[in-house]
Amino acid sequence: MVSNQELSRIASQVRRDIVRMVHAVNSGHPGGSLGCTDFLVSLYFRQMTINPTSWNMNGEGEDLFFLSNGHISPVFYSVLARSGYFDVAELATFRKINTRLQGHPTTHDSLPGVRVASGSLGQGMSVAAGAAQAKKLNNDPKLVFTLHGDGELQEGQIWEAAMYCAHHKIDNIISTVDVNGQQIDGPTEAVMSLGNLRAKFEAFGWKVLETNGHDLEQLNATIDEAKSLTGNGYPILILMTTSMGKGVDFMEGTHKWHGVAPNDEQLEAALGQLEETLGDY
Amino acid sequence: MLEFDLSPANDTRSGFGAGLHELGQKNPKVVALCADLIGSLKMDAFKKDFPERFFQVGIAEANMMGVAAGMTIGGYIPFTGTFANFSTGRVYDQIRQSIAYSDKNVKICASHAGLTLGEDGATHQILEDLGMMSMLPGMTVINPCDYNQTKAATLAIADHHGPVYLRFGRPKVTNFTAVDQNFEIGKAWHIHEGNDVTIIATGHLVWEAVEAARELEAEGISVDLINIHTIKPLDEEAIVRSAMKTGKVITCEEHMINGGLGSLVAQVLAKQAPSLMEFIGVNDSFGESGTPDQLMEKYGLKSKNIIAAAKRLMEN
Repeated sequence: MVSNQELSRIASQVRRDIVRMVHAVNSGHPGGSLGCTDFLVSLYFRQMTINPTSWNMNGEGEDLFFLSNGHISPVFYSVLARSGYFDVAELATFRKINTRLQGHPTTHDSLPGVRVASGSLGQGMSVAAGAAQAKKLNNDPKLVFTLHGDGELQEGQIWEAAMYCAHHKIDNIISTVDVNGQQIDGPTEAVMSLGNLRAKFEAFGWKVLETNGHDLEQLNATIDEAKSLTGNGYPILILMTTSMGKGVDFMEGTHKWHGVAPNDEQLEAALGQLEETLGDY
Repeated sequence: MLEFDLSPANDTRSGFGAGLHELGQKNPKVVALCADLIGSLKMDAFKKDFPERFFQVGIAEANMMGVAAGMTIGGYIPFTGTFANFSTGRVYDQIRQSIAYSDKNVKICASHAGLTLGEDGATHQILEDLGMMSMLPGMTVINPCDYNQTKAATLAIADHHGPVYLRFGRPKVTNFTAVDQNFEIGKAWHIHEGNDVTIIATGHLVWEAVEAARELEAEGISVDLINIHTIKPLDEEAIVRSAMKTGKVITCEEHMINGGLGSLVAQVLAKQAPSLMEFIGVNDSFGESGTPDQLMEKYGLKSKNIIAAAKRLMEN
């Protein structure tokens, strides 16, 4: 098993990738990407059974991951590349003309690791529910993971999907909400308050767990617990508290870096806080 | 000449239901989803015989499109069922991102399209669906004309990889195409050869066009009659060949003129065979309550309207 220390080293490199990618094209979404780095690194380097070198769309016998909040594509692309789905050098093409690394993830250019387009919010849980049901039809015991932004829960389709998962007893899905309390126009509480998310999902028939999204020990213990709870006739949700912009002090805890790229000096300051552990792309 | 071996009149949605049930037996990868309209979509038989491959979604069409997209990951071929309005306009972005842009092998099956939905009125009578679906890259769009053709189309789309929009309707209509026909996606059916005027029709308007052609022929106007069942990809060759011959073209559809079959045919002809044209369809208007027949009459979608259009063209 990959140790927490090793996960932490990978996360540092992924965070370097994120700020370098968005800086290079002066666009993209660093805040949520940095906030979800520890989660995605934990999923791809410890928690999921994956087969990156013989990628296929159907993913039978593999755990599947669906990124519903597609705007945090920088962290997704970095983690996919660093776990072997494609060459890390390709990260340099992010958001550039003719790239497979589109602003928001797409299957359109056959990028290994991406199973559905996302970006227009609220659609990923439905897709994951269908993929989870296909696994059941195929007698495939592997799991389906999703990630959603907390602001994304303002989309009605999420709640259609939440109802569907409980009704159909889809118990091979583990959905995670990135609770960073921020969205483009400000704090979620000011823009459109989400209320008691635990109570809401429990009322919809989900088992709800909570975790800190940066404490690797606690985060992985929670994912372990979620996995142990699968197969019991109910879907599982993890409310994961994170800090937007985590790892770069001047980006942390504010919505201002939701979709803004660092300039040259800010890049240098950010990279000064993030150790190069695996070699920059 | 314009004579057919008629099967009993039936609704096109029942052709879909029969085709889906046959697919259930033939293809273990076919699954079906429905948004609380099992009876209306004639999905009962599939549900009864293949319950493990049938998924009730409730009144949540956006979720249905996403779930269907997800089921393709794992190798299944989902057929979604609801009314045409809720299959397209209500869920356009879900289809656009999760199905079309993601190239998912989902078959969007849409009933109660157009004015012939009848008394429920304009909220349910979508007249823009063919246009919306045709604009999506990679989407195949099919609008069959009777029970037999709808059943054949339902069987055919299961073997076609990629997203498909299959549009059909509510009322019982004349069932005149061949039983157990081979349905070729994208290939027009040349119903009748003629030289004076071309009539291109789709969906419920095909039978109206047949009746119009009979009368025109009786009056000495020779009609080249084409059934376009596949709106996209459009059989441009069949359209251009006919227009080169007649130079006069009428399109007929139970849909908005703007953005539907008429627009698409005009686009083809403007480039390859400029022709005089007439458009039978709904002209920038919502529908309303009424019987299907009353509505087709009021909005000018009957054979007499096609005949009048042909005569206008002949005067030019």
